[in-house]
Amino acid sequence: MSAAADAGIVVVGASLAGLRGAEALRRNGYAGRLTLIGNEPYRPYDRPPLSKHVLSGELAPDASELPQLVALDADWRLGHAAVGLDRVARTIRLADGAVLAYDRLLIATGAQARHWPAASGGALANIFTLRGRDDAARLRAALAQGPRRVLIVGAGLIGCEAASCCRDLGLPVTLLDPNPTPLARSLGTWIGGVIAECLKDSGVAFHPGARVLRFEGDASGRVVRADLADGRTIEADLVIVALGATRATDWLRDAGLMADAGGVTCDGACRVLAADGTTCPDIYAAGDVARWPNSLYGGRLVSVEHWGNAVAQGAHAARNMLAPAEDQHRYDHLPAFWSSQFGINIKAVGLSEGADSVAIVQGSRASRRFLAVYGRAGRSIAAVSFDQARWLPAYAEAIMAGSHHPPIRDASDQGRFATMEPGFPPPRAASHADEARHV
Amino acid sequence: MSEDTLFSEVLDRANRADPYPIYARLRENPVSPQRDGSVVVSTHAAIRSLIFDPRLSSEDLPPSHRPPTGNPLKDWLLNPIKDRIATAHRPLIFRDPPDHDTLRSVVMREFTVARVLALKQRVVRDVDALIDACRGRDEVCLVEDLFYPLPVAVICDMLGVPEVDEPQFQRWATQLATALEPDARHDEASRHKTVAAFDAISGYMRALIREKRRRPGPDMLSALANPITTKPGPGGKAAMGDFDLISTAILLLVAGHETTVNLITNGMLTLLRHPHELDRLRADPERAPRVIEELLRYEPPVHFRTRKALGTIEIAGHTIRKGAPVILLFAAANRDPARFADPDRFDPDREDVQHFGFGGGLHYCMGAPLARIEAEIALVALSRRLIAPRLLADPPPYRPGASLRGPERLGIGINGIAARST
Repeated sequence: MSAAADAGIVVVGASLAGLRGAEALRRNGYAGRLTLIGNEPYRPYDRPPLSKHVLSGELAPDASELPQLVALDADWRLGHAAVGLDRVARTIRLADGAVLAYDRLLIATGAQARHWPAASGGALANIFTLRGRDDAARLRAALAQGPRRVLIVGAGLIGCEAASCCRDLGLPVTLLDPNPTPLARSLGTWIGGVIAECLKDSGVAFHPGARVLRFEGDASGRVVRADLADGRTIEADLVIVALGATRATDWLRDAGLMADAGGVTCDGACRVLAADGTTCPDIYAAGDVARWPNSLYGGRLVSVEHWGNAVAQGAHAARNMLAPAEDQHRYDHLPAFWSSQFGINIKAVGLSEGADSVAIVQGSRASRRFLAVYGRAGRSIAAVSFDQARWLPAYAEAIMAGSHHPPIRDASDQGRFATMEPGFPPPRAASHADEARHV
Repeated sequence: MSEDTLFSEVLDRANRADPYPIYARLRENPVSPQRDGSVVVSTHAAIRSLIFDPRLSSEDLPPSHRPPTGNPLKDWLLNPIKDRIATAHRPLIFRDPPDHDTLRSVVMREFTVARVLALKQRVVRDVDALIDACRGRDEVCLVEDLFYPLPVAVICDMLGVPEVDEPQFQRWATQLATALEPDARHDEASRHKTVAAFDAISGYMRALIREKRRRPGPDMLSALANPITTKPGPGGKAAMGDFDLISTAILLLVAGHETTVNLITNGMLTLLRHPHELDRLRADPERAPRVIEELLRYEPPVHFRTRKALGTIEIAGHTIRKGAPVILLFAAANRDPARFADPDRFDPDREDVQHFGFGGGLHYCMGAPLARIEAEIALVALSRRLIAPRLLADPPPYRPGASLRGPERLGIGINGIAARST
């Protein structure tokens, strides 16, 4: 055995995908050395509660540690970010200068929140992003101070959940988004309009079609207002920037991999591709950071920033890492996410991107309790439920089977089908960061 | 015995003690059409898929129709009105969305952790008292002497029914439980008795609800009868009307009664057939949750539920035609070798035990947490307090029901009763 083989498996990224991957390695019988590297000083924790129960104060920021389902017997390197990869020498360099050898590598570094540029006010005090436990703790503490007005920039899932929590706390909230409705990119404006109504009912001042140019601060460097592109200004003493995330691939800049801010490109079996398109047999990727050809969507390269994908792909990559080259299983995954906001439990399956129609198949939009299915070229491609999740598995099956749109007739609680224009905003100007974005 | 009459074999009382060989034959055909037009679904994969299929309706009961009484006023005026009300306000187990969802969410909001935990203390006391009462005997019947009264007492407590009325509730619950059996639906005499019990309990509930509005208590019925609407708006938060409130209260009583008795008695029967597991539970009560989950797979309290196909459904190479009654044979799926390794083995250490013991999907048992607590307390107490327990008859005699299947009597020989554990 070479020296490298003694190095064992290194997992870079100690969050959900990394943890579930490491557990799957052990569960599948891997008994060698196992090292987990995490840039945060914490054991793996769950992120979904951060923008919900943690903000509302129902859960302490440090109370969402993930249960460990298998004894890992691992070497934890927490609080030490990986800063470089040398795949010829098979080593990883950490921020503290340490160099770790690996035999096989699982990249699960996830994503990082997009920050507001310092040049236009991003460095002012009381401007927050929300991605990690520390972010949530800082934001929670600031909200508890009772700001006069909270301004949230970006009405995606995080922005809307934060708005919902802030209203539950009784704080005045303004929410801005360049699109006509909230959740326009993930659900389209027709369904997003339902959340727009919720925002209105709960007293959130929602400004669609709004772009922030810069934030301005007072003499002490605290944010006091936002200047919008249309000339308006909005007074706010606390700002949450919720503009999505970029994949944490900076540390791979010189590694010669097919990696950029949109993710690390893999083959269908979670094996990372080198810059020349060849497969790296000893490097795998899983979770938010991975971008792979999804066979359910015609082999399109997708990356999925959702909880279920981190769990499934982490385990899948681990399984393949231990299998010989001729026994690599393809990773087929129907993306799914959930959100809770304004008292509504939202669950979605599939990729709605490119949808050309949407139909309510059960319930009604007026009752805010419904199941809607998205179609593209006559096929069902995605579904979303508002307080109606129990039937979602049947629609997920129909989507995986490539059923026509709308699928499933003669359901209970089914009115007459009317297919609507889903109203997705046009794709953003192509930047690397956005190319493969799902949300 | 031909394939298309297998389900009548399931219903046959002669097969009550061991229906599992028939289930195995049914599973050979995951979707098995029966001569009477119904379809039996018996594999884990097919049930899991159908349980989430919105084309399966739970509104499969014929409209309520009271038998003629000879009194024209009743037959032509009162009873048709009662029938219409009964049909429109069926308990939510027989309702589809959206009504089902509204009603269920109202109940679930009241089925709080605090309420269930409060009942836990009561269950501990009751179980110990019931076992204490068997002191000095060398034979006990687990059904009659011990557990038949327990679940109704617990539900009465939860709902806020005065203790003096519990015996009456026991009788109503017993009669109404027969309505869940498919063959009882066609038996005129049984239907007559069920209607009478239903009218009596409805009248009682109406009065009790009035009382709960006058003097609300901490119980669930008080909470349901005096709703506080916190979130108005088009979210379907409308409170439950009185007719639905009555049918819901009755449902909680009926659905939680014999099912829980079955879970406990089938559980003890199984443990006595596997004495090693009984010993292990006695030595380590922490095993109870594992034991109970495996029991819910191995000897579930409800063997099947029926649905109706609202549309044509293609599944596992079969077509279920629109309108067909669909029998979801949960107990067969729980023994599906394609899903569970060595499925006929009782093994609480199984890692994978995704059973249908509480059904699944939209109508998943609302009382599951309470049932688990009652079974855990009862089985642990029995394992620790019955000295040298042994079955007096194996198999024991069963009650008639093929769906709500459980022993009618479960005689156990003992060498005495041990003191309460601290």
